[in-house]
Amino acid sequence: METSSTRIRVDNGPLHGLWAITNRELKKWYKNYILLAMSLVQPILWLGLFGKSMNLGSLFTGTAFNIPGLNIPKQLLDQLGAKVMLSTFGTTNYFSFLAAGMLAFIVLFTSMQSGMSIVWDRRLGFLSKLMTTSVPRGNIIVGKALSSVLKSLAQATIVLIIATLLGMQFRQGINALDFAGMYLALFLMSLGLSSIFLMLALRSTSWESQMAIMNLLNMPLLFASNAFYPVRLMPGWLKPVVEVNPISYANDIDRQLLLGSTGMGSLWFDFAFLAVFAAVFTAISMYLSWKYLSR
Amino acid sequence: MGTKQEGKEKVTEQQEAMTSTDQLLQADARLDPKAGSTAVSEFAIEAEGLTKAFGSFVAVDHISFKVKRNEIFGFLGPNGAGKSTTINMLTTLLKPTAGVARVNGYDVVKEAAKVRQSIGVVPQEYTADEDLTGWENVVMVGDLYGLPRSFTKQRAKELLQMVELTSAADKKVENYSGGMRRRLEIAMGLINQPEVLFLDEPTLGLDVQTRAAIWGYINKLREQFGMTIMVTTHYLEEADAYCDRIAIIDHGKILKIGTPRELKEGLGGDVVTLTVAGDLAEAKAAIKEILAVEADDLEANTLRFKVKDASTTVPRLFDALAKTGVKISKLSITEPTMDEVYMEYTGRSLRDEQVSSEEAFRQRATIRRARARWKRARRA
Repeated sequence: METSSTRIRVDNGPLHGLWAITNRELKKWYKNYILLAMSLVQPILWLGLFGKSMNLGSLFTGTAFNIPGLNIPKQLLDQLGAKVMLSTFGTTNYFSFLAAGMLAFIVLFTSMQSGMSIVWDRRLGFLSKLMTTSVPRGNIIVGKALSSVLKSLAQATIVLIIATLLGMQFRQGINALDFAGMYLALFLMSLGLSSIFLMLALRSTSWESQMAIMNLLNMPLLFASNAFYPVRLMPGWLKPVVEVNPISYANDIDRQLLLGSTGMGSLWFDFAFLAVFAAVFTAISMYLSWKYLSR
Repeated sequence: MGTKQEGKEKVTEQQEAMTSTDQLLQADARLDPKAGSTAVSEFAIEAEGLTKAFGSFVAVDHISFKVKRNEIFGFLGPNGAGKSTTINMLTTLLKPTAGVARVNGYDVVKEAAKVRQSIGVVPQEYTADEDLTGWENVVMVGDLYGLPRSFTKQRAKELLQMVELTSAADKKVENYSGGMRRRLEIAMGLINQPEVLFLDEPTLGLDVQTRAAIWGYINKLREQFGMTIMVTTHYLEEADAYCDRIAIIDHGKILKIGTPRELKEGLGGDVVTLTVAGDLAEAKAAIKEILAVEADDLEANTLRFKVKDASTTVPRLFDALAKTGVKISKLSITEPTMDEVYMEYTGRSLRDEQVSSEEAFRQRATIRRARARWKRARRA
């Protein structure tokens, strides 16, 4: 063999291969046009059908009722209604309230799918190929979580655009920083959730059970959050559950930033909660992937 | 006219393949895969007392062997003999329960990361991502190894050319045939320019022509790039034809290691059947005198004996028999087959095993099809 060889620099760092894994998942997603179209249709259905039909605002403002004998002026009734809406939902427009919640909703649904990919990779042998390469084991989980996060954020962007088109009202003086904050909140929430669902799937070979876990958890996670309804009006036993649910915090941040609502807590606390949530579960999932992916 | 065209294409393809290996050779000079390493070892693979137990079941039981550099080393054994478990330990997928193994001079437990950098693995299953194209798969594996993109692209192009997948490179893998997928797996296993390549059942479930082509690539890799290749197989005739040395493994133990020739000769040599016209006793005496073996009576005028290297030793018999006036009317030499060697050491035939592992392979294919159906259903 020749002696004169320019050495090729091989990246042996702790992050090598991370983007390769993320990129693969993303490719599988954006190259699948049908899947992509579906993910576009889904938020339209939720926002257009559910959001518009559940128009709570019209309960108070669009009514023609009156109390016999008092003959309250319609204008006053409407003003009262608006006050009730504002104090309950932090905005006079329920659609805007729901649309902000829908951002976290779509992120939750997309993040939950993350576990499926690892089950398929195991079943189809791709995981064993990954294991023979020099990619650090933790990167397998993080790479997959990252792809799930990016998909989630793309979906959330679609939701935001559709919601705006359908009449979502932002707060006065909203700026780019508010949107950046929204993305950060969704990023953290998605990272934590994706890590959890990847973790659950680490040793699983059955996509049926993975589907069952997803179906079991998605609705409770959603209903036990402030996505559809404010925490303040929930029964006392439910409140503690809602207050540990990361989805609530993402919603809270989104509503404070986008709608200007008064939140459950300060923005800083919300962000801190989500950051800790994401960091803890990413760390656990990385640890477990080192432990369980190499036998 | 159609056939003429095809023939022409074939020639071009071969030329293509040849030029691509030349390029590959140049690429080899450009990359020093052991950059920064100090490990130097005479042997590409060394295993000593290597053991893997799953609970009380001992899958691999204190096996020791050495694979020389630039050797094609075959692992031959029935299902559940411990072949894949051994490969998995050597490729760092499984931690040994006991014993040590070194690949490229690196300890498979303590220096697992270095082992992974310096080896290529073509697993038994198809591992390529079906949703991606062949090209994307190969490049992705390069990225997983942390190779520079420009290098990976150049190398991927050459490798796909070598396994004759250039024209299918941009097709999704789900449209590939079994043979194409196996070739793609080989390309994927070579992207990091490994010094040792592990192939687990590379020809399982493929037709005869494709199997020959796959072995063609394996030979090329050994000859042109000085690669060491460890391969497991069920096909006795393949082990016989292509491996430099073979280890017969059963119940987690290595029963015998040797070149195919040694193994076959170990059975006592070729079987010679001789039909003569004349005095049988005189013929027997001549055989004993010249070849120093006892011949058995098979039937009227027919003798049978075992002798090493029959094709060169038996002609000596002709002169001796001619002197005694015994005429040879029929002569046949049967070299012992690997199947007989295998029978000798494991006490069973491998033929049934071939069927069962092809069966398992088909089952996995069914799972893949089910998945494709499921995906379609999900889209709808």
